[in-house]
Amino acid sequence: MNSLRITTHLTDAVIESLRAGQGVLISGRLLTARDAAHKRMVEALGRGEELLVNLRGQVIYYVGPSPAPPGKVIGAAGPTTSGRMDPYTIPLLAQGLKGMIGKGYRSPEVVAALAKYKAVYFVTYGGAGALLSRAVKAVRVLAYADLGPEAVHEFIVEDFPALVANDIYGGSVYQRESAEKVRMIGIE
Amino acid sequence: MRVIMAGEITTVVARLCREVNVTLGEDVLRALAEAREQEESPRGRDVLEKLLTNAALARAEGLPLCQDTGVAVVFLEVGQEVHIVGDLEAAVNEGVRRGYSEGYLRKSVVRHPLDRVNTGDNTPAVIHCRIVPGDRLKITVAPKGAGSENMSALRMLKPADGVEGVKRFVLEVVEKAGPNACPPLVVGVGIGGTMEKAALLAKEALLRPLGSRSDDPLVAALEAELLAAINRSGIGPLGLGGRVTALAVHVEVYPCHIASLPVAVNLNCHAARHRSAVLPDGIWRLIGSAADRKGKNDVSEEKHKSLGEKT
Repeated sequence: MNSLRITTHLTDAVIESLRAGQGVLISGRLLTARDAAHKRMVEALGRGEELLVNLRGQVIYYVGPSPAPPGKVIGAAGPTTSGRMDPYTIPLLAQGLKGMIGKGYRSPEVVAALAKYKAVYFVTYGGAGALLSRAVKAVRVLAYADLGPEAVHEFIVEDFPALVANDIYGGSVYQRESAEKVRMIGIE
Repeated sequence: MRVIMAGEITTVVARLCREVNVTLGEDVLRALAEAREQEESPRGRDVLEKLLTNAALARAEGLPLCQDTGVAVVFLEVGQEVHIVGDLEAAVNEGVRRGYSEGYLRKSVVRHPLDRVNTGDNTPAVIHCRIVPGDRLKITVAPKGAGSENMSALRMLKPADGVEGVKRFVLEVVEKAGPNACPPLVVGVGIGGTMEKAALLAKEALLRPLGSRSDDPLVAALEAELLAAINRSGIGPLGLGGRVTALAVHVEVYPCHIASLPVAVNLNCHAARHRSAVLPDGIWRLIGSAADRKGKNDVSEEKHKSLGEKT
């Protein structure tokens, strides 16, 4: 499959060019955050505080990596289920977040917000944590170190493989023929 | 009577935790390779190819297959002629603690479901213990990731719903899970018993070697029908479309109340991880793929690789 090489920060021009189903290879900086870090960020915003990490133009990878064994920069580092971050996502998009990488469905609210805030949702290979760790070249903790695997990390990645799952035009990689669903439920 | 020191149990549990998270069972690898041949969608084939590469890489580099190294679910079959010196549950938890630390595995357990502070060592394990005839101890470690566990479900059907109701529920769970549970799935189904029995049956069904069929012809036919139906869904590998949505469907049944029809569906992602060891004749042995737990206590040890650790 022909993958498009893109680099973070994500510009509006790049986001406008992406369509659901397009394979990409991402290089540059990713931030990591999952359940606990999202909760803290959104609570901080609720108190009117500035975030410890500026999200403008950034891409968040939903991952809680396993610890780095000796000689490696990171352990396994595959995506977690994105839907759990849905309740926290819109306030972060409002802070300028431009991309998210995870696995699985997003809520209709988040999908609609992608168009509003001009951001894109990518999916990557769920359960291929060993393989994906190879694209991660450097790692450091940026915030919430006490959360361990749930801390906010900076990943420097090279050619990190992903697929555009939801674009700004309402396109989704998960749309299936409804006839197939009917066929499945109507088994004899 | 056989005497087993708790410390031996700790050593073996630690080793099982390390190995099971790094090395995928031969049955799963075979099923993924077959799926790659069967899959028609290019995207699905690409996913299956990557999953096989991931398994080879994890094994070669000693990395976990998936960063979600799970909550450690531990099944114990304790022979009634076994005497354990020391605290059995503490020994298992110490094994999990050591295995997850020494193996650079992720610590994914919080001390309380509501205050959500990480225990830092992946304990406590979820332990299921059964007393069986004989003088052996069998330990199975089956780490369970949350992606697939969160999409699992239980429903108390009415007897009038019958087998059609069971099928509809299983398909509904798989459909709702879509990409979230990391298909191709292993689908464990427990039918009958009580609410908690059905859930346990569903989890135990995940321990069967992939591709095995139930001894009960009625259940075996249901397994085959469900697998075919799930693979007509079009969900495909990682939900990106394709023919292979499940690698296997395993159904376990148990007698139940005249008024009940409990059904539990425990989904497992493609990284179907479980590893067992038994203590017969003073030698710990590894079992690549746990045998059916139901009435098969005489697991033929000969064909299983020895851990090489004399106790």
